[in-house]
Amino acid sequence: MTEPVARRLGDYPSRATQYGQGTSANLADILERVLDKGIVIAGDIQINLLDIELLTIKLRLLIASVDKAKEMGIDWWEHDPALSSRASDGYRSLAEENKRLRGEIEELRKDRELPPAEKRSRTGRASNPSRTTAGKRTETGRRDTRRDTP
Amino acid sequence: MTETDSHDTISYAYAVARDADGALEDALAGLPGVADAPVRLVRTAQQADVVVAVGPVPAQDFLEDALRAHLEDLDWLESVARAHHRVIEALAARTTVLPLRLATVYLDDERVRLMLETRRQAFADRLSALEAQVEWGVKIFVEAAETSEAAEAARQPDEPPPDAGLSPGRAYLSRRRAQRHARDDAYRDAERAARRVEDAARAHAVDRVQHRPQQGELARGPGENVVNDAYLVPREHAESFHADVLRAAEGIPGVRIEITGPWAPYSFATPADAEPLERATP
Repeated sequence: MTEPVARRLGDYPSRATQYGQGTSANLADILERVLDKGIVIAGDIQINLLDIELLTIKLRLLIASVDKAKEMGIDWWEHDPALSSRASDGYRSLAEENKRLRGEIEELRKDRELPPAEKRSRTGRASNPSRTTAGKRTETGRRDTRRDTP
Repeated sequence: MTETDSHDTISYAYAVARDADGALEDALAGLPGVADAPVRLVRTAQQADVVVAVGPVPAQDFLEDALRAHLEDLDWLESVARAHHRVIEALAARTTVLPLRLATVYLDDERVRLMLETRRQAFADRLSALEAQVEWGVKIFVEAAETSEAAEAARQPDEPPPDAGLSPGRAYLSRRRAQRHARDDAYRDAERAARRVEDAARAHAVDRVQHRPQQGELARGPGENVVNDAYLVPREHAESFHADVLRAAEGIPGVRIEITGPWAPYSFATPADAEPLERATP
């Protein structure tokens, strides 16, 4: 999967004739918007929205951080050949990377250069959208985003 | 619903749009949608200017099990995502749109019409709120942080470090500290860039959402993405937004700004004050 993706990224020329994306509309940006943004309405096809979320997490790993997945206790990508095969391509696997980073943080913490806990911004949704009444009303869906009004 | 609907196709809904002059259908003529199917408009009798763009798609690909399997297939997903986006853009070039999430599927157009009837006032309100506005994506990348890591990686293991007089443990920590300082500098520069960019952007924008930075396989490129925002900008400010944001980060080394768009208002289609809805529990 890795290889075709990398190849494809270079394959899409300017689409300047369209709504103004020009050369900048890459697949990551498009997927980010069509999968993660937009209005969520449960249609007639009752795909459980949580199922969609679990499935798309795998896809979103391709474009986004793994924080969300980790929050949900999902770590199978560490064993997924498609993703961990990066290790043999000279990339560290996520598991190794995590271990290394944890060690490094410990090291720095011992040296008292870091505060005891890392400050993180926690965003996103507090509940499971699939539990809302499917098909009955608009759900706002996933918001791994913060929003403000300037 | 037309007679051409059969059990073999179901209705894929792309977006809600304003069709003020009834001419929107022309913009869709000949445009291939998902599954290369034509795109048509569903409307209600009561409020005919709010429409839903739909197209027939093969039931065998979009019923639940098939859809679930397909969503794991990046090639399939990409083709649907690009087709979905193509239709959104064609609409957005002509009118105000509220993109729907990928793969919103109904059994037939009549079901779409019922949905539209139920929600048309909310749709109409949101369409009015977003009228004549575009979305710009603004990403900030830190480039210097990677450079210092690369330098570290390039060092031979047996090469004496610059701080050779120290014990191995202290030398390691000292090296780490230097590295971290370089990284800190880079992130400080990025923060400075982010503040300037935000100031420049706010001068033109009416809303903003902050997305998660892109970090994965698809997003790989030079630098680390640290800011991934979307701004809602009145169309008449679109060009000055673009120019001012780019200019805002000029002269800050190691920091790269990437602007994408203008997009249809994907990130703003759902009003912010609707958020409590999603916290509803059974």
